[in-house]
Amino acid sequence: MHLLIAAGAPVIPNFGGASDKCAVNNGFFCWNWFTQHWGSTFGPAVVQHIVLTVIAVGIGFVIAFALALLAYRFSVLETPISGISSFLYTIPSLALFQILVPFTGLTRLTVEIALVSYTLLLLFRNIITGLREVPEDVRDAARGMGLTQRQILLRIDLPLAVPAIFAGLRVATVTTISLATVAAFVVDEGLGAPIFDAISRSGFKTEFVAAAALAILLAWVADFLLVALQRLVAPWAAKRRSSLVPRSVVRAIRGRRRPISAVREA
Amino acid sequence: MPFATAGLGQQFLDSFKFMGNNTSHLLHDTLSTIALSAAALGVALAVTLPIAVWLGHLHRGAGLAIRTANLGRALPELALISIFLAVLGLGFLNVMIALVIVGIPPILANAFTAVDGVDPDVVDAARGMGMSELAILFKIELPNALPLMFAGIRTSALFIIGASPLAAIAGGGGLGEIIVNQASYGFDGVLAAAIWVAALALLVQGLFVLLQRAITPEGLKAQARMRGGKIVVGVGDAERAMEATPSQA
Repeated sequence: MHLLIAAGAPVIPNFGGASDKCAVNNGFFCWNWFTQHWGSTFGPAVVQHIVLTVIAVGIGFVIAFALALLAYRFSVLETPISGISSFLYTIPSLALFQILVPFTGLTRLTVEIALVSYTLLLLFRNIITGLREVPEDVRDAARGMGLTQRQILLRIDLPLAVPAIFAGLRVATVTTISLATVAAFVVDEGLGAPIFDAISRSGFKTEFVAAAALAILLAWVADFLLVALQRLVAPWAAKRRSSLVPRSVVRAIRGRRRPISAVREA
Repeated sequence: MPFATAGLGQQFLDSFKFMGNNTSHLLHDTLSTIALSAAALGVALAVTLPIAVWLGHLHRGAGLAIRTANLGRALPELALISIFLAVLGLGFLNVMIALVIVGIPPILANAFTAVDGVDPDVVDAARGMGMSELAILFKIELPNALPLMFAGIRTSALFIIGASPLAAIAGGGGLGEIIVNQASYGFDGVLAAAIWVAALALLVQGLFVLLQRAITPEGLKAQARMRGGKIVVGVGDAERAMEATPSQA
């Protein structure tokens, strides 16, 4: 009935460090034990976790990007696409993994399908909003200069949407790293694996803490790297973002411009 | 156990059979999942909302609010639960703290962004009419901020329910208890509980959407209709709100 009993009364197997007092007493975090098991357990788990995440975000980005371009061209499609991706996003991770098992088994494919489906909403919404928020004036100017539809998309819309796209990538990556820990319910991979090992077998605290801390660290590092990458790819965005003018003021000015243009159109 | 033993349809058929045979058990677990999630959402709201709204009213701490929300968003649920497993052991308190932490970021980011973003002209007008700061907050800013703020609460509920099955590994009970316990319930049980959790999450989101429509002030609805836009704020917008202000990792 209770596979969890082990965690209540820790029976510590020999973790290869019986002489290690901390490990024997099941201390909160045993640095020695951690370093001893970095090569066999945690190092590979981190690598697997990164691979799971990169594949999921990569495939998710390709799909979401294609869908966003489609919805940008044919705006009728936006509502159904975001509806379906919201639907997928709403299903709790543990449930989605299990529901997919009958289809694709206890495989890496199951994990990736679930992870990709969680990235879709975040990426799609951000990409499409980024494209839509490009000011019509800018597009008009481009058209006036004789740029074709395709050139406008490639040279105007997409570069201006970069900040929004990166915002989406950051949220999607961090979310995927978080959800990939749950993947260990299906395959013995990633940083969830040591956590499950600790839950179901040993109740050994260091194993919990180390894997969890690594997952959090990985998420923060990934977020930081994406911010750095964005600075590299789109330096103008960072400059605009750190503007000294408060957003409320910017919004107020934007808000005032609307009635004037409305009058002009009328 | 996937393809080999039973066909695809058979597995789902079995899980529905399990639902039929164990309806009361599933209902009981569903209720405890709802109770746990609601309690976590309540605590998260009580802790976060006053601070976020007040910061938004003062237009201060944008970086702090959004950065905290972003950092919080990066915390894997499972990691939180397992760290608290090491600190607090199995039990209700552990699960509760983990779920509250999961629920805080969207509320914080959205409530702050919503109140901070209320049209300054409107606030100025209210101040010019001699309204007190408290009156401005309650009569002007909060009604205007309500839709976006509520979207944050909805996202928070989504995150909490999403994490609630994981709570079972720390003894939190609920439907997750069945999902993580294939050894005693069999795969049909696991699948049945997974389907119930998914349905529950979708149902709750649906209810929140309806609720959001109901509580949006008439004035805002009329304004939105006039502009031809829509004010229904979705999950994606809530996510974007968290990224709306500068966040240097």
